[in-house]
Amino acid sequence: MGLFKDRASWFLKHKIMITVNQLTKRYARNTAVDHISFTVEKGQIVGFLGPNGAGKTTTMRMLTCFLPPTAGTATVAGFDVLEQPLEVKKRTGYLPETPPLYPEMRTREYLEFVGKLKGLAGGELRNRIAYVSDRCAIADVKDKLLGKLSKGYRQRVGLAQAIIHNPEVLILDEPTAGLDPKQINETRDLIKGLAGDHTIILSTHILPEVEQTCQQVIIINKGKLVATDSVNNLQNRARGAESVFVEVTARNGDLDSAAIQSRLEKVSGVGRVIFKDKRENRSTFEVESRKDRFVRGDLARAVVEAGWDLNELRPAAVSLEEIFLQLTGDQAAAPKNEAAAKGAGK
Amino acid sequence: MRNTFIIWRKEMRSYFVSPIAYLLLTMFAVIFGFFFWNVLNFYVTRGMESQMAGEMYPMNINEQMIRPLLSNVGVIGLFFIPMITMRLFAEEKRNGTIELLATSPVRDGEVILGKWLAALSLYGGILLLTALNFVFLFKYGNPDWKPLAIGYLGLLLQAGALLAVGMFISTLTRNQIIAGAATFGVCLLLWVLEWVSGSESATWAQVLSYMSVVSHIGSFSKGVLDTKDAVYYVSLTFLGLFFTARSLESLRWRS
Repeated sequence: MGLFKDRASWFLKHKIMITVNQLTKRYARNTAVDHISFTVEKGQIVGFLGPNGAGKTTTMRMLTCFLPPTAGTATVAGFDVLEQPLEVKKRTGYLPETPPLYPEMRTREYLEFVGKLKGLAGGELRNRIAYVSDRCAIADVKDKLLGKLSKGYRQRVGLAQAIIHNPEVLILDEPTAGLDPKQINETRDLIKGLAGDHTIILSTHILPEVEQTCQQVIIINKGKLVATDSVNNLQNRARGAESVFVEVTARNGDLDSAAIQSRLEKVSGVGRVIFKDKRENRSTFEVESRKDRFVRGDLARAVVEAGWDLNELRPAAVSLEEIFLQLTGDQAAAPKNEAAAKGAGK
Repeated sequence: MRNTFIIWRKEMRSYFVSPIAYLLLTMFAVIFGFFFWNVLNFYVTRGMESQMAGEMYPMNINEQMIRPLLSNVGVIGLFFIPMITMRLFAEEKRNGTIELLATSPVRDGEVILGKWLAALSLYGGILLLTALNFVFLFKYGNPDWKPLAIGYLGLLLQAGALLAVGMFISTLTRNQIIAGAATFGVCLLLWVLEWVSGSESATWAQVLSYMSVVSHIGSFSKGVLDTKDAVYYVSLTFLGLFFTARSLESLRWRS
């Protein structure tokens, strides 16, 4: 018990919600999670990123006390997942990869059941059901059988179930998997809206999702922690220079891509120019500046002065995909043209 | 206790929201009704024969009607119990709802107890339906009620034990059919074990016969409350519940 007091006070002082220390899960033949350590601050949205089979689900299952770790420790809201699982479970909302729904129940009945299971009762339960129904926009299906709901609604009922007891920590396993683009946006907005009150960990293998939703990102691959940092830092870390996407059109039909490329390379501050594509009389290039140089204005002038039309000029944001590939060094996973571009640049 | 009740309610709901409960209740009522009619017919015929022959056969409702009927209920029950237990955990595993239960602030023991009590309640409902038939015996005859009550207690104890075993088997698979078939096999085996004592009298045969669920229902049907038989059912129940708990725990270490 003394141990717990220390942990609780430590947690309060540091406002740290989740601590994972050398967490490991070994099965008979393989190691699903291999000595992972990280911490999550209160009120943050953390993206748990990795390819399929990286160990995201296993880690989340350990944090929700569904699986016991083989080695290492994890504390959620100051409670150890092995020593005080009931306390952890009271403070955690969990949406597994497939929402845990009973097909023969109606939405309202289901929320009532889960709410009671999580310790709610009476007026509080009614209020929370009304609140989550409104928040997750499932009020219009409250009398429908869960088995007959569409994928989007199933996911939202799953989310409602996870937040019904107003948990301090929300753990969402691929919350947008299998949804259509509109639903994905709605779900992302919903999750963003929940941050602050809740500390959220969400897993995904879709990189833009992390960029759009999360403040912090934890990248794991093959059970090992690859990187943990804020999304901004990671982008900066990957490349200090600006990367610009340029599309050029010729006025009189004839377009010499090589000429354009050599002209672009002459612009001051340009590090390298990668020829991307040529279609009819349009050519596209990716231009990388040298460190701390802004080249967009000079690029535009150069193109126009040479007598070509500038069709498009936009900063190419460093995608997490590239960061991910750089960090994991897994070239095989990269799309073909991406790998070719990299090869050409070297 | 509260959590056990929540689980119990949810299980009862799902029995009665699906056709399972109605199907089982109807089928049991029809089959038992047939047995009842058969035995009653035999009893009445025998009574008339006795009058026509002019000599009194010894006639006793408890011995000649209630006792064989209660034994029959026990055997029919063996066929119905797998249908009650097969879904208990297999369905949760298939739906993925086992993750919900395992990550909610409830203990495994509360979940197991809630589910077992729900299964037992449904079986109790089935027994209650058979009891309707006996009401007529009290209306037109004068049987002793105490052996009947003890007989029902025995049936409930027997069902409790088999339901616990069936629930354990249901934790082993995510396929309800497999859970049902395996439970049915075990129930059948626990029934026919008794038959060895008919042809063998060696110690091993007696041990096997003792392990049979049916060999312990006899005394209850007679209206005798024998501690030895009650202990058998209660310990089998605990064994089943204990194995269920172990199985759930091992599920977490393996999956």
